[in-house]
Amino acid sequence: MNKTIVIDGKVIPFQDGQTIMEAAAEAGIYIAHLCHNPQFTPHGSCKLCTVKVNGRNCSACTFPASEGQNITNISKELNDDREKITQMLFVEGNHFCPSCEKTGNCNLQAVAYHLGMTDNHFPHFFENREVDASHPDVMIDHNRCIFCTLCVRASQEVDSKNVFAISGRGLEKRLVVNSESGLLKDSDLDVNDCAAHICPTGAILIKRTGYKVPIGQRIFDHAHIDTVTLANEGASHDE
Amino acid sequence: MTNKKVKVATVSLAGCFGCHMSFLDLDERLVELVEHVEFDRSPLTDIEHCSADCDIGLIEGGVCNSENVHVLREFRKNCKILVAVGACAINGGLPAMRNHISLEDCLNEAYVHGIGVENPQIPNDVELPLLLDKVHPIHEVVKIDYFLPGCPPSADVFWKFLTDLLAGREPSLNYELVHFD
Repeated sequence: MNKTIVIDGKVIPFQDGQTIMEAAAEAGIYIAHLCHNPQFTPHGSCKLCTVKVNGRNCSACTFPASEGQNITNISKELNDDREKITQMLFVEGNHFCPSCEKTGNCNLQAVAYHLGMTDNHFPHFFENREVDASHPDVMIDHNRCIFCTLCVRASQEVDSKNVFAISGRGLEKRLVVNSESGLLKDSDLDVNDCAAHICPTGAILIKRTGYKVPIGQRIFDHAHIDTVTLANEGASHDE
Repeated sequence: MTNKKVKVATVSLAGCFGCHMSFLDLDERLVELVEHVEFDRSPLTDIEHCSADCDIGLIEGGVCNSENVHVLREFRKNCKILVAVGACAINGGLPAMRNHISLEDCLNEAYVHGIGVENPQIPNDVELPLLLDKVHPIHEVVKIDYFLPGCPPSADVFWKFLTDLLAGREPSLNYELVHFD
């Protein structure tokens, strides 16, 4: 007899050790997320995947599935919270989509589309953040970093390096590079590293590739993030 | 629909008029539109101030100087529905990229130290509106009722939005019509 949980009224099976996010993905149910990627240890920081488990808010990417859970994933309340979180990410950084190479391929933008977000609601910080273009093949635009730590985890868990870390707290939080100068060129990041390709926004970009695919023909120009994500992260857990 | 036409006012604040150009891409649909709509204050009519009974105000661009603030407040006062049109109105857009540089440095670069500048001086005529320290999205100044993202929003976005409103429907844009770029 399979163990099951209920998500939005639908009974779905799970195996011991799976998180709610993993069970949902296998069953073809999309739970919005930005800091989660099934390739790496869950981080639980972006809070977009917050679902109601038996009436309590939990992060689906870190919360273990267990028998008897009645889970709400889609509700006006949860989606409004998700929209507010996304808007806060937009105003905290400097996200100018028309001038960003990643536009159309950006998960942050696609999540915003998914949530029906058309404005940023909050006052903008317009913080001054740096660009590190020192590396011959890869650049970091800190204006677009949302501190999801996907690059940190990719570097440690897949590349067996330790190129990135998050330093500081709260508004002082920054992505830092593990090199004496703090510059990317002096780190051991290689253009073929997983960490160089994992950024969900336009914060880490591969140089000289930005406009190979024209705007209008990019991933999320016509496809919704739920379909794209389930195709990439669903059943097989392959990337 | 009654015989009374809906009054639409438009303006470009710190914008490039690209959203207005995109609006004009309605092309032959403009003929149908003006059967239901009359334009009040707008660069299309050259009317200088809003009538007190405007129905819809379309605002392109963010707020970069004191005049922008006055104009935006005039629109809010006179328009029942105020709409942020395009990326710059929504988040400051390209003009807001000066927010990382001090205003003094911006002015010096443009009017004092810039390549090829003759008779260098910071413009200071009383007729000129004072620049704000930073460029702001319009929702930081007045209440905005609807947002049409895009750089620019396509003519189809204007069409869907306005025809929804004219028909008395809550405007809704499908996935293909919502783009931040």
